[in-house]
Order: sequence, then C-alpha cells, then structure tokens
Amino acid sequence: MLTFTNSHLLLGELDYVEPASVDEACALLAEHAGEARLLAGGTDLLVQLKLERAEARCLIGMRRLPELRRITGEDGLVLGAAATIRSIARSALVRGRYAALQEACEAFSTLQVMVMGTVGGNVCNASPAADTVPALLAFDARAGLRGRHGERAVPLDELFVGPGRTVLHADEMLESLRLAPVSAGTGSAFLKLGRVAADIAKVSVAVRLDREGEHIRDCRVALGAVAPTPVRSGEAERALRGQAPSAALVQDAARAAADEIRPITDVRSTAAYRRHAAGVLVQDAIRRAWARAGGREIR
Amino acid sequence: MRRMIRIRVNGEWRELSVAGNALLLNVLREDEGLTGTKYGCGIGECGACTVRIDGEPVLSCLTLAVAVDGCEVQTVEGLAVDGRLDPLQEAMLDTAAVQCGFCTPGMLMTARALLDETPAPSEQDVRDHMKGNLCRCTGYASIVRAVLEAANRDGGPEMAPKPPALGAPRRSRGAPRTP
Repeated sequence: MLTFTNSHLLLGELDYVEPASVDEACALLAEHAGEARLLAGGTDLLVQLKLERAEARCLIGMRRLPELRRITGEDGLVLGAAATIRSIARSALVRGRYAALQEACEAFSTLQVMVMGTVGGNVCNASPAADTVPALLAFDARAGLRGRHGERAVPLDELFVGPGRTVLHADEMLESLRLAPVSAGTGSAFLKLGRVAADIAKVSVAVRLDREGEHIRDCRVALGAVAPTPVRSGEAERALRGQAPSAALVQDAARAAADEIRPITDVRSTAAYRRHAAGVLVQDAIRRAWARAGGREIR
Repeated sequence: MRRMIRIRVNGEWRELSVAGNALLLNVLREDEGLTGTKYGCGIGECGACTVRIDGEPVLSCLTLAVAVDGCEVQTVEGLAVDGRLDPLQEAMLDTAAVQCGFCTPGMLMTARALLDETPAPSEQDVRDHMKGNLCRCTGYASIVRAVLEAANRDGGPEMAPKPPALGAPRRSRGAPRTP
C-alpha cells in the first residue's frame, strides 16, 4: 500500500547508522564521502532534506554517543556537541554564570525544538541567525573538532565561512564547545528580536562584560542575523574596553556596532531596520550585562 | 534499507519493519493506525504531530522511526486509561478549548508533558511551553484556561486562577466518556 497522506516526506532512500564512538562516526563520514550527514536533533537537517535543500544517502545518528551530550564545568564550561538546547538552558552550570547562553537557549524556537535540537547542530547548521552562536562568541567558545586525522580546536569566530558553511572537513565532526571561565565580575546578556516568540531572529545580540571596579576590563559584543555569519563587533569592543560606562559610551559602542555590521534586506526585515535595531539591542544588552556584573547604574 | 525496530507504543511493545526514510509520524498513522497524531506542516513549525518519546514532547514529523528503536512512545490515544479521559482532556472539553480539533492532540501531548514536570504552572509557563503548538481557531485563551484548570484538578496547589463560569454544567470528574 502506498498512500501519500502528507506532502513533506523523505523521498530518497536513506541508510541510517548509529556509531558507538566518535572515531567510528568520522570513519563513516569518510567512507560515505560527501553522501552522509550527521543527524543530531534533526530539526534543521530533516527539514532541509524534505525541502531538498540538502542531500544525503546515509544519516549517522548520535544516539549511542552519550559523551557528546555531557555538560561539564571544567576550566570554564564544556558543552558536548549533542547537548540539547533545553539541557543547556536548564543546566546549573550555565544558570547565572553564563546568562547570555541561558537566555539564548530560552529564546530558542519552541519547546519541542529545544528538546530535540542540539548546540552542535545549531553551530554546524551555520545559520547567520543561529541563536546560540552570539552567546558562544561572547564567551570565546572554541570548537573541538575531530576527524580521521586527529583533533583540532578552532575559535568559533573562525569556524564560519558563510551561510550554511563552516571550515569543517568532510570527515570531521564537532565534538565539543569550550567556553572561557567567568569571574565574579563577569556579566552577560542575550537579546533577540523576532516577529513572534518562536521566530527566527531578525537581529540578535550577546554582550559579555568583565567589570573591574567602575571600569570594563574586557568585553565581547557579538551579533546574529546581521552579516553572512554571526559576527563580533571589534569596534564596539574597542570602544568599551578600559572605559567606565556612561550613557554616551554605550551609545558610541552601539553606533560602532551598527556601522560595522553588514545586514541584508530579506523577508524578515530591511537592512536599515536591522542596523537601527542592532544599535538599540547593543545598548540594552550592555546595560543588562553591566548590571549583572555588579556595576552601578549607567547614567 | 528496511530495519526491524522495537518501540513501546502507549504501553505496548511493537515490533515493526520500517524503511530508513520513514518518519515516526507516518509509522504511527499508517502502520499502527494511530491517526490521532496529526500532520500539520511537516517541517516542525506547528506542533500538531507532537508525541512523547521517553516522556519528552517531540515532533514526530521530524523524527526517523529507526532513530527511536527501543524508545517509549506515547500518542494522544495513550492518554485515556480504561476509557477514562485524562483530566487534561476533560478540562479541554469543559473549557471549550477544542474547535476544529486538529491541533488538539499535539496540544494535549505538550501540555501533559508540562503538567508532569510542573504540576502548578503559571499562565506564562503554559504559554511558554505551548508556543510551538499552533491553533488557528481558538485564539489560545480557552486552551490556556484548560491547562490551568487541569492543573487544579490534578490536585496541584491552588495557584492557577479559576476559569470563569461557562454557563454549561460542569461534568463530574473522571466520568467515563466515549472518546
């Protein structure tokens, strides 16, 4: 019996395998040379396969690799690539200390997608609007990659090449994301603007500030959906670093970020709107991060 | 590729031969005849296909059947016990939270998962948890009311606001009803 009761099906033949180790997964990727894809939550990949925006003859499931789901606090924060968005949002290691990451995970689509989706999938899908990425950039995340020929760590801001494209080799997979340790004077925030609560971002911003007394010792300003990849604003960071926050300084940093980004006009927003909104979100995120860092109210 | 999988559907272990590209949604609907789970958008936007896998609310339209081998799957058909509707189903009927009904099974599965985890949710909790279940009829107010009402009936603390009187006589709790 062949009845098509619905239209979004996976029409091609698919093989499915569940390797028992990361090495085995890499060997499978190499063996299927370009025809295999790693399947984590499936919320991006299966949609792309259904819409024929991606192709695969073989899917490599991550289910038998529990080590990839682990979240640990050794020397910072280490997220296994298959840690679900919901598990990160609820992790005691993340709460408070990595506030921007927690907020990014809470702003992530719907409950079902948070339950299924993984941080590694969100990163490797390489969407310019990926919710977790600005937050990960704010904490200097390094991507731990493993391939047939060994391991390497790539700073997250060097991982993305363009929309949907990363520097990963065909036989490589993302194993973990290592975030820098935070100190008592660290505060962070993530803000996202979408049309409705579960929507993809029109603009997103993550800010991390390290406070030393009345000054910003170090900082990160990262933005999503405003360039071909998620980006850091070096200019905004330069404006803030070493300074005591004031209303004027916050405005300067926001202007610097808005000038530096390269937003496009698409179905979700115009470039002009994105540029304006990015500036507003940067200001709000700086103020929030500073308050969380224990700083005095910015006037 | 076809493969044998074993899944526990609504409490009963089933052995099924499934194709590599078969979606859990279609296996449930077509092979198992469990048509309560609905196909809405097919791309993870609407939540109509939500089922619970090992207790978690999951989109069955974006789940490969082969990838749930060994798992416990609960569909809307598994909510009623011995012909008695789940309090959540009762509450949905009593608050008129069902109009065309197409989103209802997904709504029920997501809401049941919420109440199992958070027995006395706030209205905001309900709206946050259920933002991935779209309804084009009700405007959501009656659905939210149903979940809060069910939380009350589940015996949770009296935190949820009482729903406004609806005029219709309240059915007695747990009365057998033909689904």
